Amino acid sequence: MGILLQVRDLKTYFYTDAGVVKAVDGVSYDLKEGETLGLVGESGCGKSVSALSILRLIANPPGKIVGGEIFFEGKDLLKISEKEIRNIRGNHIAMIFQEPMTSLNPVLTIGLQIGEALELHRNMNKKEAREEILRLLRMVGIPDPERRIGDYPHQFSGGMRQRVMIAMALSCNPKLLIADEPTTAVDVTIQAQLLEVVKELTSRLGTAVMLITHNLGVVARHVNRMAVMYAGRIVEQGPAAEVYAHPQHPYTIGLLASVPRLDKPRKERLVPIDGQPPNLILLPPGCSFMPRCSYRMEICSKERPELRPVGDGHFTACWANMER
Amino acid sequence: MSGQYIIRRLLIMIPVLLGISLIIFTIVRVIPGDPAVVLAGPHATKDVVDQVRVQLGLDKHPVKQYLLFIGNIFKGDLGTSNRTGLPVTKEIMARLPNTLILAFASILVATVLGVTTGIIAGVKQNSKFDYLSMLVALFGLSMPVFWLGLMLMLLFSIKLGWFPSVGAESFKHLVLPAITLGANSTAIIARMTRSSMLEVIRLDYIRTARAKGLSEKVVISRHALKNALIPVVTVIGLQTGTLLGGAVLTEIVFAWPGIGRLLVEAILSRDYPIVQGVVLVVATMFIFVNLIVDILYSYLDPRIRYH
Repeated sequence: MGILLQVRDLKTYFYTDAGVVKAVDGVSYDLKEGETLGLVGESGCGKSVSALSILRLIANPPGKIVGGEIFFEGKDLLKISEKEIRNIRGNHIAMIFQEPMTSLNPVLTIGLQIGEALELHRNMNKKEAREEILRLLRMVGIPDPERRIGDYPHQFSGGMRQRVMIAMALSCNPKLLIADEPTTAVDVTIQAQLLEVVKELTSRLGTAVMLITHNLGVVARHVNRMAVMYAGRIVEQGPAAEVYAHPQHPYTIGLLASVPRLDKPRKERLVPIDGQPPNLILLPPGCSFMPRCSYRMEICSKERPELRPVGDGHFTACWANMER
Repeated sequence: MSGQYIIRRLLIMIPVLLGISLIIFTIVRVIPGDPAVVLAGPHATKDVVDQVRVQLGLDKHPVKQYLLFIGNIFKGDLGTSNRTGLPVTKEIMARLPNTLILAFASILVATVLGVTTGIIAGVKQNSKFDYLSMLVALFGLSMPVFWLGLMLMLLFSIKLGWFPSVGAESFKHLVLPAITLGANSTAIIARMTRSSMLEVIRLDYIRTARAKGLSEKVVISRHALKNALIPVVTVIGLQTGTLLGGAVLTEIVFAWPGIGRLLVEAILSRDYPIVQGVVLVVATMFIFVNLIVDILYSYLDPRIRYH
């Protein structure tokens, strides 16, 4: 499989009155065609910002992509014109957002909102688009699409709206689907259904998926590879099963220890990670995780660790050597 | 939007207008001054004044006067002017078209100019256009209508001679009063549109629209505008109501024969029937404008459905 997306040393900063927030500070990763990558981390660690940066959807001001390269099918998305990036958006790279309640326009019918991309990128006329919208609605499991095509978002439940978002995102057969916490805002039972819909459709269409989540359970079930973000940087990445079995970064170890698991005895206590995520304006010179880390050493406060290989395709940004 | 809803709204007008009629009936009688004295003249004897009072029906008990007034309204009769002896409806109908023309011309100017300016200022926030237009809008808001009217007259009628200064004979006569009257509303609408636009373009669904690859033009005109206009329609509605009833200053400055001037003249001469009639007509128009605004809402925002 070829490499679809290459992100190199991406830096996205926000210029606020309080100072420069380094939301994404030197992130690099690859995504292969048809692959599913999980981007994991706490709220505010830069997951969404790094994803929005790919499509250049960062509001400027206050945000700005200050450095790095994002190669998609050989083209650097940060260097192409506004017109070219618009042709990529919704066409080759589509996105699903976190909040189904607010991500759809309340005053336009869902048919119109899905049809827009079809008319724009697939040059369909109204009639062709209508047929295609009905097919897409059926595909994502919305009952009675003929009746619902003219409905407004408020007439749908949260789960159904997210299905509409999925239909919209997949309408132009994108090569990459970025799903930014697609299930965070819906009921747990609906979460599983939605993820199955995404998984089923993307694997059928051969779409690569970047799944952004703070839910490690979702990652375990749905992704091939995962990248763990902390304070604007990737601290560990590798095949999901490998990272689960042998986490190498203290932050990943902490995250996994804080998740309740049914396969462990109930007597075992959950271990929270001490401390708070750091202030992204005043990052310490060394490792950002150092103040919360139980493995910290002398060097951690002086020099920032870069990603280094610890296994087959498995990398960690930590000075400490963990047992495997 | 059901027909039933509109019928109900129209029926609610009856108690509202009854309430207004009672209030205005009371107010005109509470303000100092006796219509009979005014009409009879300064040198009239007490007998003459009493005679005039009987003629005007003001000798009757106030409750009886009010019931008579209400009863006549249902017959389509608003009474007779104390001064001219003509039916109030006739007096109002002679002036109303002028007021309507002036009000709608002003609100048209204000809406087109205000909404356009507001959209551009909002989309290009912190640009020169934004700063300049909002500065002008600030002037528009703070300038007294009569002063603006006089200044426009001074420049365009007296210095340049482009437009006539007073009267209501032609389209040319309409230009200066319409600008004067619309200036304030333009400023209010422009500021409202700008802030509403600024609020909307930060919302999630605008990001969704951009993520689809839509051009900025489509994002603004299709996705942002309809949402941003919802609060603006309220303001336009309120402004229309105000302009319909209260163009008094503009009408006086430009000697525009509308109902605003009629009302002021009637108040000064204690012409009760005219005052009552004008207030009722203005109130009715105001209520209708509100109803139209509510109907427009449900067109703009599908979440609003009236039952």
